[in-house]
Formats: sequence, structure tokens, C-alpha cells
Amino acid sequence: MPHSTFLRFILPSLAAMLIFIAAPIVSVIVQSLHVEHAQVLKEAETCDPFSGCKKTTTVDVAATAKLRAQEPLGRFNGLGTYLDRAHLASAEVAQAWAASTSVGEFGSRLMSLPFYQAMAFTLTYTFVVTPFVIVLGMLIALVINGLPAIFKGPTIFVSLLPMIVTPLIGSMVLFWMIDARGIIGSSLQTLTGDPNLSLKASPILTWVTLIIYGVWHSAPFAFITFYAGLQSVSTDTLEAAMIDGASRWERLRYVVIPHMAPLVVFVMLIQLMDNFRVFEPIVGFSAAANASSLSYNIYNDLAKASPSYGSAAATSMLTVLGVAVLLIPVLVRTWRDFNSRRVS
Amino acid sequence: MTVASRRSPLLIAAGASFVLIWLVLAAFPFAWTLWGSFKVQGDFFSKADWTYALKGVRTLAETGSAFTGAGYEGAWIQQGFWRASLNTIIVVVFTVIISLIFGTLGGYALARSGFRYAFWLLMAALVFRAMPHVTLVSGYLLPFFQWNLWGHLPTSIIVLVAINQPFTLWMLHSFFLNIPRDLDESAMVDGCTRFQAFRRVIIPVMWPGVITTGLFSFLLAYNDFAVTALLLSQENQTMVPKIASFMGSTQVEGNVMFAVAAVVSATAPLFLLIVFFQRQIVGGLMTGAVKG
Amino acid sequence: MKFKKLLIAAVIAVAGGQVAYASCGITSGNVSIIGNDFPAIQAMATAAKACATTGVTVSTNLTTEHEKLHRASLSANPARNTVSIVATSSIVPLLQDGLLRPLDDLVAKYGQNLRPSQLIKIDGKVMAIAFMSNSQHLFYRSDVLAKAGVQPPKTYEEVLVAAKAIRTAGIMQHPFAMNTKTGWNLGEEFINMHLGMGGRFFKAGTAEPSINDDVGVKTLTMLKDLVAYSNPDFLTYDSNATQALWESGRVAIATMWGSRAGAILDGKGSTPEIVKATALVGAPTVGGGATPATTLWWDGFTIAKNISNADAEASFRAMMNGLTPANVAANNDAAVWLANGYTPGAAARGVIASAQAGAKPYPMEPAMDAMHTALGNNLSAFLQGSKPARQALSDVEAAYRTAAKAKGLLQ
Repeated sequence: MPHSTFLRFILPSLAAMLIFIAAPIVSVIVQSLHVEHAQVLKEAETCDPFSGCKKTTTVDVAATAKLRAQEPLGRFNGLGTYLDRAHLASAEVAQAWAASTSVGEFGSRLMSLPFYQAMAFTLTYTFVVTPFVIVLGMLIALVINGLPAIFKGPTIFVSLLPMIVTPLIGSMVLFWMIDARGIIGSSLQTLTGDPNLSLKASPILTWVTLIIYGVWHSAPFAFITFYAGLQSVSTDTLEAAMIDGASRWERLRYVVIPHMAPLVVFVMLIQLMDNFRVFEPIVGFSAAANASSLSYNIYNDLAKASPSYGSAAATSMLTVLGVAVLLIPVLVRTWRDFNSRRVS
Repeated sequence: MTVASRRSPLLIAAGASFVLIWLVLAAFPFAWTLWGSFKVQGDFFSKADWTYALKGVRTLAETGSAFTGAGYEGAWIQQGFWRASLNTIIVVVFTVIISLIFGTLGGYALARSGFRYAFWLLMAALVFRAMPHVTLVSGYLLPFFQWNLWGHLPTSIIVLVAINQPFTLWMLHSFFLNIPRDLDESAMVDGCTRFQAFRRVIIPVMWPGVITTGLFSFLLAYNDFAVTALLLSQENQTMVPKIASFMGSTQVEGNVMFAVAAVVSATAPLFLLIVFFQRQIVGGLMTGAVKG
Repeated sequence: MKFKKLLIAAVIAVAGGQVAYASCGITSGNVSIIGNDFPAIQAMATAAKACATTGVTVSTNLTTEHEKLHRASLSANPARNTVSIVATSSIVPLLQDGLLRPLDDLVAKYGQNLRPSQLIKIDGKVMAIAFMSNSQHLFYRSDVLAKAGVQPPKTYEEVLVAAKAIRTAGIMQHPFAMNTKTGWNLGEEFINMHLGMGGRFFKAGTAEPSINDDVGVKTLTMLKDLVAYSNPDFLTYDSNATQALWESGRVAIATMWGSRAGAILDGKGSTPEIVKATALVGAPTVGGGATPATTLWWDGFTIAKNISNADAEASFRAMMNGLTPANVAANNDAAVWLANGYTPGAAARGVIASAQAGAKPYPMEPAMDAMHTALGNNLSAFLQGSKPARQALSDVEAAYRTAAKAKGLLQ
């Protein structure tokens, strides 16, 4: 396809992405390399309704405004924000390494740094939820595919429910259900025989709860994708395999699964990306005490009275970098596929 | 397509019980919410005893009957949730249509390009998708306020279209990869320009893929919170931010049951959508499903 | 004759009142309000909207996301909102960016109805008009305390004694609750307790942190002792959770926001026994100090700088329409109003008691937001028992320093 035709076709889409994603990303990168100007503080009299007038520290607006007018972006900080304690914490990590006598001790020192604490949960969540979603989605697809036709419609529609309810309220309702006095919480207490069991109090149980929610919420996406793929498995190949005496499991392993491989790659791509940016469950389940993620840290930076834009920008770029690293195996495979398609 | 074979009764039993367990797990929270939306807060969110939600103890005490429509009435009439639903319909319809137009054109070009830069564009799109939405939207605020673009529905529509383009492009480009090149190439041999070939030959066969992508675009726009909560004003909010506004704040209790009733109302049309398009969806995913 | 005069006077009073309400006397201007979304502010916004006539447009955007929007909105030129309704903490970024205009001349012209205490002055200029106050204070169940044989607590030490007695008497296993959810809520509880202990957050005149000392440790110890009488899920307890616990009768002593008292006392979601026995008192003192361990918050309105003087004047007058004694009285129980026309009701008892006992206002220092965030995010491990107090405080200071340096408050 000649370049000019290509450009004409892709222009609307490209323009939208360039204006609303690429340009902001450049601005985010620039923002992450700067910090705010030094605020000039001064003592001034402040009057409030309760304690009358007294001297407090306030910002000298005129002086600070002058600085800002000279350099609107702020002070150039280079990679300083990326390496500060709230992000990669290079100085603190080196300190912890020097002061620790064992790997375990180093690990626990690392866990008191916000970025590594967030990474611990984010990576655990990503690498546990993704395979479970794929396996569960595949199982559901295979089983529903084998159902009699009348049952397929309703079961497909019910199976999609976890995906279509707004996560905001969905997780809030579940949060109350898993409370020690809620229906799921009390049932678990009866099942395990432990009257003091609380899913919200212990970090491990909170992580487990969030992971189970993650799998439950994302399985329908995998299911519907795989189910559709199953519709296009070649009946000839299957019949040939049967004639050759292949058992059910062998047919599954040698015919169905390879056919589904590209779909599995796609679902894995999307899931890795989305799970790495996990955020709604932590808010919905009030789990901040026990679990935090990169996206949650970004949200926290921006949802304050006085937002920290530079810090949020740096964490966002680290998220993008993290996603890129996670996707390398998938991308390599896609590159190979692309090249083979080009040649043919 | 069913493969005729001997199935052991054990396998059938295992399969059936697995499906049943999964269906219960998938449906239960929503069924519980549906039931509870007709109760008062003291029952559905009772910290005293969860069986209140079943029996409606406090609902009986506060309203005189075990079921109440107070949540629905409060959300739809008092708080004007109907306005939010209209806004959602507008936003979602336009987002899906524009998304699909941009996406089909772009996805087709990427599928037929044959040059290496197509691959790099797709990779760039993936990287774009990795950017957290809350950071992007925070960055939009200053320019939008400065140029008076904030608070208008068209702004949110175009932002939603743009933010979801990476996913749309990827999905559609894979569908187009599975439409044989010969179709449009023979049309071009017959004298059509690339666009005429696209219009005459490709469009008739691309519907399954488009419908599938349309469904995911629909869900992304329908359930979106990060963009619509920050770019729309109180007067033209869509459904999800409106539901969030029922939740109150630290200082003041909100109307949680309005939120519950609203969420049930918001999910109902999705059922209809899925029921009606269930066949098309599966058909769409089947022809040249996303091969990555 | 007298009757006729009275009748005419009455008609004029009614009609005059109506006329004043209908037009507010504003002839032209654009008023655009942004603020939080709760009943008191909704009442102000409704009154402001009543000023709309030909030539005067009034629009409102009340949303819980207002803090994310108002800085960008007021930075635009012209500002897209003319009025921003702020609280003690959310005014600080607007002040720092120089986005607000001084209101002294508008107050002189149209603010006769304002009490002097409502004028929020920074460096000698009126920057905001406060109209309501709020604070956390103590709620207790008089029936449960009576059953356990303890007196209503006046200090947090007495709260501990009472909680222990309730537990020993077998009435409740976890009788106490506070808004200890990780994040903003937990930070707020520390700040309240620390001020009660007489602690400081910064070294005088600077943004250098000074919480990692004995007073800080005492604050943390008291918090830990208190949460020992809370349900183990206490790190998920925000205001909705504590209110739900109260209304279901599962706690007997709680520190909650005064603005929640109205909802607690209205009987919905609760039983009549609980409502009757709910007592509101001012926040307790702690550590032998005389300052109640709480902070006082105000909500008020500000006017943007980047707007025309006509719009500013129209906005001020429209907002003042919400503060007429008639309007305040009509919405009496929506908040603890600071304006004329307010008669404190039962739900305001705790806030007023705390204020009268000398509770301190929430600090309006520029670095307070960074300190608050650092506190909220770094105390959970200590309360869960997996980090010692000094370590927690030094982590708070380290997190604060990082944020403060990025904001230019520290070098």
C-alpha cells in the first residue's frame, strides 16, 4: 500500500492518538523531569473563625510567582524524581543493602519503601491473576461449548455478568459481602470454624481476596474470546484425529489448544497490561493498608488538596516502562509473526 | 459445532457441576444486589446481621413493607438519574460510531500496509494504552479550561474515542488480517482505488469483527469513570460518575441505596444488549478472531 | 388605622422579602460555582441560583472531584468558575498559586451581614468567607456506659478505661471505633491526637518536620491503645463504616465527624433505642493537656482573580444571598453554620463543645498537605504491630521530606 494511501486511511485514528495520548505523554515526561520552584515562605498573620488572628507560615505569593514566570516548567530535576524515595529510591536501596546482613532483612527494608511495596503487590497480582484468568476462561469456554444448544445462550449471558457491572459499585457490594458480618464473611467463618476470621484484617487474606476478585472480574473477557475461537476449530482436523484414534485429551492437546494459541497470546497481552495497572479493587475494597499498586500511588498523588504532579508523572512513566518490559516476550512473538506474514 | 464422541458420565457430571459452580459465582453478587436494591441501607449493608438483607427487617420498620422502591425513586426522579442515562446514551453512541469509523480505516491500513512501520505503529499504540488514564486526564484539565472545552459532552466523546483507539486498532487490524487479501486486490485490479475497494468489498464482510469491537468499545465507554468524572460537569454527567456522586463524602453520608438502585438500572440495558447481540458477537469473534 | 399600617408593613415585609430573594439586586454578571457536594453547599448554591435573572447567569458544579478541578479552572484566563467553595485544606493550593482575589472591598460594600469571625484573612486581606464549621468529636452510648458502670469519658485515657470496662462486662468485644482507614482518614486521626498532646508538626517558621520525638511516640501509643478496642478491620474504617457500626449498635464509643450526627440521630438505619442513647460531647483531651484532641474545619467561599470585576461582584452578592439569616434558618440543620440566623440543634452539640473548649483549627500551613499524606500512608504498619513507633515516625518524616522537596518547600 503506498504511503500516501496509508496515511489517508490512518490519519483520523493517528491524529486522535497523537493529540490525546502522544502529546500528553511527552508533557508527562517533561513534567516528570521537573520539580516545583522553591516556595518562598514568610510569617504572616492569618485569621480563622476559631482562634482569631495569629502568626503562621504562609507562602510569599509574589516572590514565588516571579520565579514561576521566569521558568514556567519548574526547576529541572533530571532523573531526580525517578530516583527519590517515593520512586526507585536509589539512595535508600543502597543504604538498605549496606545495612542488611541477609537477603530477608534487605527484602523487609525494601518493603517499607512505597514503590517496592506497590511493585510487590502489583507483580504478584499480575503474575497470579493472568494465568488463572486464561486457564479459567479456557475451562469455562470448553465446558460451555460442550453444553446442549438450549443452555448456551443463558450460560453465556450469565458468565459475562462479572465483566459488565461497574467495578466501582461491584467491588463496594462485594466489600460489604466479605465483611465478617456479611454473607460471604460469615459463611467463611462457619466453613473454616474460625469465628474471628476477617478477610480484611490480614495482609495475606487481603491479597488473596483481591486476586480472587481480579480473576472473577476478568475471566469473562477470556471466556468470550476463547469461546469464539472454539467455534472456528476445524471439524475436519478433529474428525481426522478421532479416526486416528486420538482420545479426548489428545484431541484437546494437539488440535484445539494450538489453534487457540494466538487468542491466548492476545488475552495474555491485554491481561498483563490491565493487571499491571490494577487500581479499582484496592479502592473498592479499602485495601490500602495491606496492598497498594503503582496506579493507586498515582491516584493518591493526584487526589490530594495539593496534587504532586511530578511524582505522579514519574510513577506513570515507570508504569509504562514496566508494561513494556512485561510485554517483551509477547512482542517478540508478534514481530516474528508479522515478519513471516510480510514475506508470504 | 459439536464433536460426536463417547463421553463418560463422570466427565459430564464434572463439566455440569463446574458450569453450575461458575454460574453461581458469576451471578450471585449481582442477584444479591438486585434483591438488595429493594431494601433500605440498614438492611442491605447491615453490620448487625446479614440475614436482614434477606428478610428486610429494617425496610419493614422504616417503610412499612418488606420491599421498597425508595432507592429507584430517589435516584431516577429526585436526583435526575434519567438525565445521566440520556447523557450516557449520547456519549456511548457517538463514541462507538466514531471509534469504529476511525478504527476500521486505521485497522485496514495497518493490516494491508506491508511496511515495517505498521508494526512499530502498533507497538506505539500498545505503549499508549499502557499510560494510566488518570494521569492523562489530569493533564487535559488546564488546556481544556483555558480553551473552554471542559464540561461539554463532545469533548468527553472525542477523549474517549482517542483513549480507546489503541485497543480498537489492535482488535480490528487482526480481523482485517483474516480477510483474504485477494478480495480487495482483485477489486483494485478491476480498477478501484484503495478506498473504493475498501467500501465495495471489505465493508460487507467486516461486520462480525466490527460488531465485536463495537461491543468492547461500548463497554469501555459505558463503564468509564476516570474520564467522565473529571471532564463533565454536574449537569451533564454520565451514569457512572452520577452513581459515584450518590456515595457521599467523608463528612456527609450519601444515598448509598440510590447508588445501588442506579447500578442495577445501569446494568439492565447491558443484559438486553448482550442477549440480542450474543449470536453476532460469537460469530464476530469466530471469523478471524484476534490472532495477536 | 394601626391595623392597616401593620397590614401594609406585613405585606411590604413579605413582598420585600420575596423581591429581594428573587433578584438579589444583581443586574448583570456571570456566576459559576464549583464546590463539594453536600447539603449545606447545595443550600448555598440554590440560594445563589435564585439570583438568576435576565443578564445574570448562575451555574453550579458541585462534585466530590472539585479539588481536582478548581485549580485548573481558576488558572484559566478567564477563570471558568468564578466562585470556589473550599475548606481549610483545599484553599491552600489556590492561595499559593495566587488564584484568588481579596474580598475586602466587596465585604465593605455587601458584607454587613457577616460576623467578623467569618472573615478568613491571610496577611491582612480577606481571602475567603467561612460559613460553616465541622470537626470530629466523641459519641457515646449512655445506656452501654451505664450498664458497664463507667462515667462518660472526658479524656482519651478515660475512653480506654470505659472501653475496657465494656469489654470485661461482656457487653461488646470491640466497643470503640475511629476513622482509621489508611490514607487521609488515618492521617487526620494522628493530627487530631497530636494536637491534643500539644505536639508540633514543623519547626517554627519553616517546613522542617518535627514529629519524630517523644510527643509523636505518645500520640502513636495512644492511637494503638485505642485501636486495640476496635475491630481488627479498623484500617478499612472510613466515615461510612463507623457510622454503620454505630447505627447497628456494634460500638459504644466512637470519634466521628460532627456532620454525621444529623444522619445518626434521624433514626433511619438505626433503632430508636440506639438513637435515644446516643450522646454527643466535645472531643476528649489527652495526655493531661487542655486542648481537645481534634481539629476544627471551616468551609467557605472564595472568588477567583482571573474574572471581571462585574462578575466578581455578582458572584459575591449571589453567595451572600445564601447567607441571609432567613436562608440560614431555613437550612438550619444542614450544618454548624458560622453565620447569623443559626440556632444550634442537637446534632451540633459536639462541634460547638469542642470549639468552646478551645480546640485548634486544622493548620493552614503550606506544607500541611504533604505531612498529612505522609502520615496517612505510613502509619498502618505500626498500628498492625509490625513496625516500632520511632521507625514509623522516621518513615513519615522521610516520605514527607521527599514530597516537600518536590514541592519546593524544603531544599
